[in-house]
Amino acid sequence: MAQQATAVEVHQTSTGIENTKLAMWVFLGSECLLFGALISVFLLYRNHSLGGARLHDVYDIPFTSVSSFVLLMSSLTMVLALAAIQRGDQHRLRVWLLATALLGMTFISGQVYEFTIFVHKGFTVHSSVAGASFFILTSFHGAHVTVGILMLLSLFGMSTRGMLPQEKATAVEYVGLYWHFVDIVWIVIFTLVYLIPAPK
Amino acid sequence: MATATVTRQPLFSRPRPSHKGAWSWITTVDHKRIGVLYGFTAFGFFLIGGLEALLIRAQLARPNGHILNANQYDQVFTMHGLTMIFLVVMPLSAAFFNYLIPLMIGARDVAFPRLNAFSYWVFLFGGLFLYSSFLLGGAPNGGWFGYAPLSVQKVTGSVPFLHNMDYYAIGLIILGIASTVSAVNLAVTIINMRAPGMSFFRMPVFIWMAFIVQLLLVFALPVVTVALFLLLFDRILGTSFYIASNGGDPVLWQHLFWLFGHPEVYILILPAMGIVSEILPTFSRKPLFGYPVVVLSGIAIGFMGWGVWAHHMFATGLGPVANSAFAVSTMFIAVPTGVKIFNWIATMWGGRLRFDPPLLFSIGFIAMFVIGGLSGVTHSIVPSDYQQTDTYYVVAHFHYVLFGGSIFGLFAGIYYWWPKIFGRILNNRIGKWHFWLMLIGFNVTFGPFHILGLQGMPRRIYTYPANMGWDFWNMVSTIGSFMIAGSVLLFMYNAWHSRKHGEIAGNDPWDARTIEWMTTSPPPEHNFDEIPVVHALDDFWHKKYVEDKSGKLVPVPSGGATEEAEHHPEQHEEAHGGGHGIHLPSPSYMPVLAGLGLPIIGYGLIYGYYICIVGGLILLGGLYGWAFEPGTE
Amino acid sequence: MERRSLGRLARPAIILALIFLGTACASHAPQDYLHHLAGSEARSASRLFTPVFWIAAFVFFFVEGLVVFAAVKFRDRPGREEPKQIHGNSALELTWTAIPALILAVVAVPTVLTIFSVAAKPGPNQVKIHVVGHQWWWEYQYVGTNPEVITANELVLPVNKPAYFTLDSVDVIHSFWVPKLSGKQDVVPGRTNTLEFTPFETGEYYGQCTEYCSLSHANMRLRVIVKTQADFDAWLQQQQAPAAQPTTTQAQQGQQIFMSNICITCHTIAGTQASGQVGPNLTHFASRGTFAGSMFDNTPANVDAWIHQTSLLKPGVIMPRFGCGETNYQPPAGFHCISDADIQSIVAYLESLK
Repeated sequence: MAQQATAVEVHQTSTGIENTKLAMWVFLGSECLLFGALISVFLLYRNHSLGGARLHDVYDIPFTSVSSFVLLMSSLTMVLALAAIQRGDQHRLRVWLLATALLGMTFISGQVYEFTIFVHKGFTVHSSVAGASFFILTSFHGAHVTVGILMLLSLFGMSTRGMLPQEKATAVEYVGLYWHFVDIVWIVIFTLVYLIPAPK
Repeated sequence: MATATVTRQPLFSRPRPSHKGAWSWITTVDHKRIGVLYGFTAFGFFLIGGLEALLIRAQLARPNGHILNANQYDQVFTMHGLTMIFLVVMPLSAAFFNYLIPLMIGARDVAFPRLNAFSYWVFLFGGLFLYSSFLLGGAPNGGWFGYAPLSVQKVTGSVPFLHNMDYYAIGLIILGIASTVSAVNLAVTIINMRAPGMSFFRMPVFIWMAFIVQLLLVFALPVVTVALFLLLFDRILGTSFYIASNGGDPVLWQHLFWLFGHPEVYILILPAMGIVSEILPTFSRKPLFGYPVVVLSGIAIGFMGWGVWAHHMFATGLGPVANSAFAVSTMFIAVPTGVKIFNWIATMWGGRLRFDPPLLFSIGFIAMFVIGGLSGVTHSIVPSDYQQTDTYYVVAHFHYVLFGGSIFGLFAGIYYWWPKIFGRILNNRIGKWHFWLMLIGFNVTFGPFHILGLQGMPRRIYTYPANMGWDFWNMVSTIGSFMIAGSVLLFMYNAWHSRKHGEIAGNDPWDARTIEWMTTSPPPEHNFDEIPVVHALDDFWHKKYVEDKSGKLVPVPSGGATEEAEHHPEQHEEAHGGGHGIHLPSPSYMPVLAGLGLPIIGYGLIYGYYICIVGGLILLGGLYGWAFEPGTE
Repeated sequence: MERRSLGRLARPAIILALIFLGTACASHAPQDYLHHLAGSEARSASRLFTPVFWIAAFVFFFVEGLVVFAAVKFRDRPGREEPKQIHGNSALELTWTAIPALILAVVAVPTVLTIFSVAAKPGPNQVKIHVVGHQWWWEYQYVGTNPEVITANELVLPVNKPAYFTLDSVDVIHSFWVPKLSGKQDVVPGRTNTLEFTPFETGEYYGQCTEYCSLSHANMRLRVIVKTQADFDAWLQQQQAPAAQPTTTQAQQGQQIFMSNICITCHTIAGTQASGQVGPNLTHFASRGTFAGSMFDNTPANVDAWIHQTSLLKPGVIMPRFGCGETNYQPPAGFHCISDADIQSIVAYLESLK
């Protein structure tokens, strides 16, 4: 009886993968297309600056690299959080969850700061369709990161109230999956948007 | 470490499980009830969309008609298309998916019952949001595929259209959320919750087609979501994604839309194909001919459907290379489609056909879909499509495949599974009158569209002058449309009449093949007293009949089920819930509450961002309440 | 219903089908694109469509025939045995996959060849026209003419000479289509599409916008008038002349009223102070047989009614309704209406602009 979770139905699934985990994978598949479409639009319009400010006039690769590194590290802390709950360590779980959330928030702050610089230099949502594509793409990503942060903080809160026992480690795993996905999307964006030099 | 006693603090107290009253429907998470909700709501929208069609036909019956002015006509034809596609065929298919998938795969419910309810409510709210536009300044009027930059125009000529297309963009985003969420749910259900022994190639074809549809939805909807967001930003933020004068490209909309739009038409037709693939074997009393081929054809269509989108854009100026590539890919997608048709005919061949309404509608489906498919092939002849596109010839094509195909197929399913859902059989005689009147009315309405198209009548014109040679066939078509209306009334009478007077169905009124017919009609809330263990395709049929050496049917003396339990006791233990009894998910307020947040956010985007905050809080509150509420009490 | 009636239905069904087909072939609608085609692209399209149509018709009769035959032959009758439980047949599957694929492959070849052959190619011996789509009228600029000929709605072409079009739009996507001469090509803002065809017979051909452009999409029509080379040259010369000077008093009065009104902010009449670019060029208005997007025949009565009522007759147009006393109408700011008599004078003026 101790094994039986009272609240969660333990189903025997046809594939052996839990329903929620499978659902997260299917959902992430859908998100691939979402970001694929947004990235495609960006790639189409990246040079349509109409003579105004261009991204590669205003960006700061070193700064964005640090930001990206921060996000990358947050994936590491996410893994550590999952390891913690899987071995029943609530304290470390909370530490690493909070760290992940804080790193995520740092990333978002970095984005916001970066964007204010861009806007100040004339590269805005309205300055050109290149600007619009850039900001829409990165904002959608930022929104996804924010939702992830909310989920991380919720997990943190659940843990403090004793609502995230070891048996519920999978909840952390799903949020982790989502978080890693969002990180990978950023790597793709960073590469395609910032690192690949635009033609003259 | 002690197992923490989970102290649950739900946001709202749980509704008491009840099967009566409006609240039981509002808080239900039972897939069967949700299926019924989808079905009735979709049918309601079918009547509204049909009314819109009648208005269109009344206006076009004669040259220089005065039933609708140009502005009204533009809104009516746009809403007719949006309604029939997003508020009728898709949700009617969803009704079947929701009701039947768990039953046909031997599960007790879908993977995420509350998410299922959420999908329904978001669909309903999305449809209501879309229709509220009629009362709030005017309905969308840019055509159902809303080409830019017309869709971005806030003033057309001398007439302002402030928010019409805002409702279009936001409404479709909301409906897309409903469909995406439902698709994830049903995909997981099909992959993960099949009964013991039901491998993929023992699944009914309907389940296969449903599965392919869910995957198409999951991958296609995000693309149109992006398209719609970019449209919304052009409209409310002043960006220029689709405005050429500012560096944008109107054709980008078309690419993004049709990348979704083409898989969408397979989303619209595959459910009907699945339905027909179940009905034909039952009413022919022989198996589906070429089951693996029919399944593989469906999969092929699912993949190939991604490679034909620009055949909606042949006249856009993509250039001869692109046009040629898409011409060829479009021609070849006809091959798996044709293969299915031949397999269906071969299923009927040599069978013992009982012409009850399900079979009539299925044969009607095949007959009409062949016509639609053939006209579709003529579209792939690009230089000829330069003439055909945007004329009534195309309108003929897609009505033959969507009405003659999808709607006929869905009606076949309604007649077939009605007894299972409601416990009573729809009246056979009225059903046959419905079928013939609808078939004839349909052909009288849409057959002439081929001619009108070839005579050069363009689409989407609110009127036409008298000297174009179009008068006669337009009048004929209008008469046909009223015949269709009459046939729908017949159906509604049949449905109402059968409530009290319909023949009691029993478990298996059609002597069918798949496992949903093993349980009662209607099924109990837990679907099966005992989850069946599946040993073959058409497992139920094989419990009733065996084939002798010459392939002839021999009925099995009853008692198949108990033999099962003797031969495979462990699987039957498991089927009984592992001896722990049956846990059913509990009803909940959260799905409808969370769903309510979405249209409110939608109104906020149009009328004031502070309203978005209200909607957002409702959505978040609903989601949190949902997350912290256990699935089952 | 199903047993005896299927046979009895056959005869009336066949008769109906023949009537159906018969009317399709008999009717001569001016925008019909299967009969009496007079342009190179239209004929190429028809040459492809016709054989494909017959193949499709054959497939139709074959497949529907199988369906009807199966429905009749294998219907349940009392005493019928349970059918043999056939699961499939690989040979059949292969056959009905391969044969349609083969037919399509055969059809694909001429299709692709024709796609390339009808594609527009600029060349020396062509009349070149720049088409601009507006909501809801067509502008034509004759490229290379000096002085430049700009006209509206009615396109004049010389017979047997390739016409090469560049297509653009100032507002939304339209589609330029003259069925008896050519397939259509979309007119997309920000993109210059091209179209080419050679008209083979003189005459007047009807066309229409075929991409939904809201409100008066149905009224955005056009005419193509194909003349002999000599007639075309004469026409072009006439079009290159500045606007005719009105000779009658009424027409002169009309000119005065026109030039002192807001008309000049939207319309151009070459050689006068009217130089607006928003509406159609009216320099040789009277040389056209139709107007307002070829919605109306160019008669004084129609022009008179038009100036009075504009958007009442053609929904959405930005040209104000100049008639005084127009009910339910919000005229634009700074607007003043024109009296009936004055409008008549304007009509006289416009009809003098040959």
